Amino acid sequence: MAHPIGTRDLLIKGGRIVDPSQGLDAVGDVLLRNGVVEACGGSLGTPDGAEVLDATGLVVAPGFIDVHVHLREPGREDVETVASGAHSAVAGGITAVCAMPNTKPVTDNQAVVGFVKRQGEAAGYARVYPYGAISVGQKGETLAEIAEMVGAGAVAFSDDGKPVESAQLMRTALEYARAFNVPIAEHCEDMTLARGGSMNEGIMSAKLGLKGIPAEAEEIYVIRDILLAKRTGGHIHLCHLSTKGSVELVRWGKERGINVTAEVCSHHISLTEDAVDGYNTNAKMNPPLRTAEDVEALQQGVADGTIDLLVTDHAPHHYDEKEREFADAPNGIVGLETALGVNTTYLLHRGLINLSQLVDAMSCKQARIFRLPGGSLARGGLADVTVFDPNKVWTCDPTQFKSKGRNTPYGGHTFTGQARYTIVGGRVVYTAA
Amino acid sequence: MPGPLGKDLLGLAPLSAAQIELILDTAGPFREISERAIKKVPTLRGATIVNLFFEASTRTRISFEFAEKRLSADTVNVASAGSSVSKGETLVDTARNLEAMKIDMVVIRHSASGAARFLAERIESNVINAGDGTHEHPTQGLLDMLTLRDRFGSLKGKRICIVGDVLHSRVARSNIWGLTKLGAEVAVCGPRSLLPNAIEDMGVTVIDRIEDAIAWADALNILRLQLERMQAGYIPSLREYNRVFGVTSARLERAPKDLLILHPGPMNRGVEIDSDVADGPHSVILDQVTNGVAVRMAVLYLLAGGKPELAEAAKKGNA
Ligand SMILES: [Zn+2]
Ligand SMILES: [Zn+2]
Repeated sequence: MAHPIGTRDLLIKGGRIVDPSQGLDAVGDVLLRNGVVEACGGSLGTPDGAEVLDATGLVVAPGFIDVHVHLREPGREDVETVASGAHSAVAGGITAVCAMPNTKPVTDNQAVVGFVKRQGEAAGYARVYPYGAISVGQKGETLAEIAEMVGAGAVAFSDDGKPVESAQLMRTALEYARAFNVPIAEHCEDMTLARGGSMNEGIMSAKLGLKGIPAEAEEIYVIRDILLAKRTGGHIHLCHLSTKGSVELVRWGKERGINVTAEVCSHHISLTEDAVDGYNTNAKMNPPLRTAEDVEALQQGVADGTIDLLVTDHAPHHYDEKEREFADAPNGIVGLETALGVNTTYLLHRGLINLSQLVDAMSCKQARIFRLPGGSLARGGLADVTVFDPNKVWTCDPTQFKSKGRNTPYGGHTFTGQARYTIVGGRVVYTAA
Repeated sequence: MPGPLGKDLLGLAPLSAAQIELILDTAGPFREISERAIKKVPTLRGATIVNLFFEASTRTRISFEFAEKRLSADTVNVASAGSSVSKGETLVDTARNLEAMKIDMVVIRHSASGAARFLAERIESNVINAGDGTHEHPTQGLLDMLTLRDRFGSLKGKRICIVGDVLHSRVARSNIWGLTKLGAEVAVCGPRSLLPNAIEDMGVTVIDRIEDAIAWADALNILRLQLERMQAGYIPSLREYNRVFGVTSARLERAPKDLLILHPGPMNRGVEIDSDVADGPHSVILDQVTNGVAVRMAVLYLLAGGKPELAEAAKKGNA
């Protein structure tokens, strides 16, 4: 079964269409028919029987994509299911997600890939594209059956949750994956430096008496993987970068034409290690929140395009799992429903990026870099659309999350910018209250 | 009604200089109680206190227990190794149980930084941090300060060097916060691999060589070196540690002036400190132990809402 398709034509009327894939930023209409974009731009007539969505004063963008989420199914359906995660995504204006393979069992074979994909289709919210693991069981020993998983629908490969410690295995993965045109996504963390650490290493960790994770734990892997991509010609995608040094290294790699792409999480461009003060486990994540200098460098990296994508690393946990001593609490936050608000508040409204850059980083480039359908409202493109109000002021209330998780450092935070309508396959799957 | 310290004593970082002075001033009269034939006053009669030790520490627990008993409180000791699998649940559940039992005060020692605060945020009782992970050990910091103040009169401008494994030490952090607040100059000396590399941002100087630290300081607070740091690869060997950072009488003899020697105990004689230094004329290590009881009595009294001006009366048994 494929993803459900809207049965009636849907005319999105009078919105500001921002679609960098066609260099478009103008007020106009978008017509969706049979799951694809029938027409885009200008003033379009209303076909018989069409549903009309008034987008006056709103931004109409190709559906947002998030290539880095954890949906916990199979294995931890109590924490999140593919369905609840996909629901959470559309509540944040995100029409497609890539699901990381650190499930139980690990998504390291075609059967689990197919399962995750079908769960996504059945849920009918956001599209769900599974990742496959790079190594069998994410053990870092032998290469998983990448080709077979591509056949079953895997769109990228990662051992996320942990790094690929063997440089030789990473080299092989980059070489092997080339033929299948899929990115190898790395969680950059030198465990010999990071092990036992629970926050950024710096003045705050010194004060709180917590073992820190130095920036170099990430940067050592960033440069290693860039060099391996240079050697192999493979596509390395660097996950959730968190340090100024990482941005500089990616810039170095891109200047040399190396096939490297990179993402940052919304929390890393908006919060510093200060959020950890008081042992706030909702601010515990991996990589950890860093310093103001790092935040500034990451924002700059997004602004100048060194960093390609804005992602969430959506990582739901049970409330009681976070309700414990800081060093023992799990890493990660619920991200899908706050990402747009964070990105508009901390990047767009601060004048660091414009609307086109925002849409590019949240949609067009995600599709392009991960070779996914979508990311464009050009005629014939997928009828996945995010209609959002960049000026809507709202306050984050975790009890209202569609995700099963409530773990967020943003509870009570006020954002400017919110999704109003989320459209997948020409169907409105989410309308903001 | 909250006392002059607020509800809890979680560390010296959150306290003002005035609050620290108040505790030290209050400890004085309480110290005299310990010198009497009948070492007991009715100040906390009827109060129930739980000593919750998730991590073994005989010295600190006994010191608290003496303090509590000398103030006539009813005490219960709970020792728990704390299962590593479900530590968090244990602590939450413990908090709920304590709350249900209407305990007045809880003294907690735990291996996780932030554990005391975690508990304090969840219960109405006063919480006293008796050491949380590598974060703070405020009553140890206070007793060190009382010991130094007794000898120096004032801490202002005095140079105190903390020697050894600052990275893993809760005592060091409490000392740094407390001493700097009262105007002392603080330095740390030890292998760089055992010093947080942002330590300068806490307002302290790093001295690399113990000889320089001895030449600079008015007092050395020598930390216990956990022997497992060697296995963990932070230092090459205990032998080398003693040769490079050990406080020996030979080194002290070359000091330009006499300096006070403190150690929170228990000591590794022949590693961080030599026996003749530990037992020598400048050692105030046993004064620290005596002061520990007095400081803890003062803290219990102040957290229970005791009025500073009534400390003298409390001593006489009338409060
Ligand atoms: Zn990761
Ligand atoms: Zn992740």
